[in-house]
Amino acid sequence: MMRAILLVLALLVAAPAGAVQPDEILADQGLEARARELSKELRCLVCRNESIDDSNAELARDLRLLVRERLTAGDSDAEVLGYLVDRYGEFVLLKPKFSAANAVLWFAGPISFLLGLGVIAAYLRTRRPQAAANEAPLSEAERKRLEDILGG
Amino acid sequence: MIAELGHFALTLGFAVALFQVVVPLVGAGRGWSDWMRAAVPAALMQFLLTGFAFAALMHAFVTSDFSVRIVAENSNSQMPMLYRFTATWGNHEGSMLLWVLILTIYGAMVAGFGGNLPLGLKARALSVQAMIGSAFFAFILFTSNPFERLIPAPLDGNDLNPLLQDIGLVIHPPFLYLGYVGLSMAFSFAVAALIEGRVDAAWARWVRPWTLGAWVALTIGIALGSYWAYYELGWGGWWFWDPVENASFMPWLVAGALLHSAIVVEKRNALKTWTILLAILAFSLSLIGTFIVRSGVITSVHAFANDPERGVFILAILGVAIIGSLSLYAWRAPGMRSEGRFQPISREGGLMLNNLALAVAAAVVFIGTLAPLVREFFDGAKISVGAPFFELAFTPFLVIVFIAMPLGSLMPWKRGDLGRVMARLWWAAAAALGLGGAIWGWQTGHALLAPVGLALATWLILGVFVEIGTRIGLPGVSLVTALGRFARLPRADWGKFLAHGGMGLTVMGIAAVTAWQVEDIRLARPGDVIPVGGYEIRFDGVVEGQGPNYVYERGRFTVSQGGELVGVMEPEKRFYPVQGTPTTEAAIDSGLVRDLYLVLGDKQQGGDAWAVRTYLKPLAAWIWLGALVMALGGLVSLTDRRYRVGAVARRAPVPVAAE
Repeated sequence: MMRAILLVLALLVAAPAGAVQPDEILADQGLEARARELSKELRCLVCRNESIDDSNAELARDLRLLVRERLTAGDSDAEVLGYLVDRYGEFVLLKPKFSAANAVLWFAGPISFLLGLGVIAAYLRTRRPQAAANEAPLSEAERKRLEDILGG
Repeated sequence: MIAELGHFALTLGFAVALFQVVVPLVGAGRGWSDWMRAAVPAALMQFLLTGFAFAALMHAFVTSDFSVRIVAENSNSQMPMLYRFTATWGNHEGSMLLWVLILTIYGAMVAGFGGNLPLGLKARALSVQAMIGSAFFAFILFTSNPFERLIPAPLDGNDLNPLLQDIGLVIHPPFLYLGYVGLSMAFSFAVAALIEGRVDAAWARWVRPWTLGAWVALTIGIALGSYWAYYELGWGGWWFWDPVENASFMPWLVAGALLHSAIVVEKRNALKTWTILLAILAFSLSLIGTFIVRSGVITSVHAFANDPERGVFILAILGVAIIGSLSLYAWRAPGMRSEGRFQPISREGGLMLNNLALAVAAAVVFIGTLAPLVREFFDGAKISVGAPFFELAFTPFLVIVFIAMPLGSLMPWKRGDLGRVMARLWWAAAAALGLGGAIWGWQTGHALLAPVGLALATWLILGVFVEIGTRIGLPGVSLVTALGRFARLPRADWGKFLAHGGMGLTVMGIAAVTAWQVEDIRLARPGDVIPVGGYEIRFDGVVEGQGPNYVYERGRFTVSQGGELVGVMEPEKRFYPVQGTPTTEAAIDSGLVRDLYLVLGDKQQGGDAWAVRTYLKPLAAWIWLGALVMALGGLVSLTDRRYRVGAVARRAPVPVAAE
């Protein structure tokens, strides 16, 4: 008896198995593939950083069906995304737009890499073996004095 | 009673930590050697007291003492013994206690095995360790007391989150913490060196093994977490760019950079200040990781402890540690001189490129993880940053690392010649490009992932073989001579070959599984046959049953290929009644060539069919196999005789300035 009750309970709570349900899949394979790719870029709004492709939440299912509905109606990928952003805001996109407000997010990496290369180049100019010609290791007395100055 | 003793031991540990902050530091400043020596017994005592407290907590869990609040909240009398043990750290308070325990283990190791360390450096490093320790002792005692009692005690406990009742997650946090906290050693030595104002080859030799050990533990911890996600979350994803995953990934990237830059300090006496900065950053990122996980400030799948008060406390620790160490750095670092000279095209140059790319990659992860928080704070905009962002913004920097890896590895120190290095590597490059080109032509969709990923992996792996060949003089010597030379190569070199090769394996697995996974989602009735990637999978039916603290529905599938039986797979759906939580236990038939991954979904309402998901994941196992090989490389390198205890000595006694 107890087990029967538990099993009923188990059926009431959806298991966290993968998201896309068999009945959602479109007959047209091309459209379905596009729907899957789009789903990976859309956030399940009530979830924690999960895409609607991964989430088993009810809302994610609604969004997956909506994406497929728009695609079947003939929308392009960009139109589907635009439609969802109009409805739910930029929050729905897992890949933020290239916009001024997101400039730091998108460009910090490449710019700091280039800056880093610049810094390395400048550093290397002081590190060249040629520049080392007049470099003699510090004498013991110099070293001691340096440490005195530095308070080491 | 035992719980109270545990609490008392923890309080004493806090007091000892405070003692260890002040006395050795003052002693080192004044040159009082007995004050400096006091750090050693204090560090050992801290470890014993914390160990006792941890054992007391574990005792409460194992004996199911539900009068202790966190036992009642996180354990259950029906739970299997193993999970009662491990539930000790499957909760906020216990996991923080584990954090401090590991910190004191590291401190005790420095105290116990650091006989050859210069007294001043040892005293200062242990003092800095104790500063970190006291902050976390205070955090536990004031905001997260694990020994709090419940009166009256409940009859039974609330059970452990079923997702955590898993062997993978049992060992995942200790490894991550060994890694996070291990980086505190690098941090303590860096701060001690800043206070002393001196960094030399001996210092680098001391810091490298700790960093290497921490990196190995982080590698294993991250791989375990990823493998757990793969088999437990039910759709075979293995990396989600979730904030908590990123929190462990950032220190891993920076620790990887630190390992390489410390080589330059040790061998070439250059990049000192940069190495110190990396040591500070690596541990700061560990602290930030702890903050992200423990405060729940960025809600994510992992946040099983959300509490603003705790968040603010950790934020304060974080602020003091980072601002304090960086200020010290800004003050003292400019006075450090690096003497080594080198050309841009050289081993040093390659390592600098590695460091730059890894640091920028970590920065991208950092910015992406915090961007939603920052945008919301400053202009109220809600944005999401997920996998598609990171795949685009992060990957290029790792591609740079991978392209440069074999080239830099073969470069001589000081001054290299790209032409000469390419003369050795040309066939590896040709094979990689050839393979990439063939895949590009062969596949139908023109996605870049498979050709680029597999070409890079080939380049990395063949690069390792070219390097081995070069080191042992092949071709050009007899095989016997070559093998003899190979056996005599330093362990550190073997470690490098393994670590670099392991990276190649992981890249290959990632590329193959991402590009070529086959998926089948359908409603299946018992008796149906599902054809997937050349296999025929017959659905035999579903049975119900009862486990120790859950009930299950177990599907049975017979897998065959061309009429030959491959095996029987039994995916489960479980339901844990105490917490009211279902879990999915995928059935995985794992192999070197492919993983077959089966998930039983829900039963069709009012019908007799079940949702069944089948995945064929080519080379999936290589992702974690590669990580294990990387970790093994780190371990082999750790056994190198240069790092053996006792083998460490300062290059030349440097007179200490009188103060």
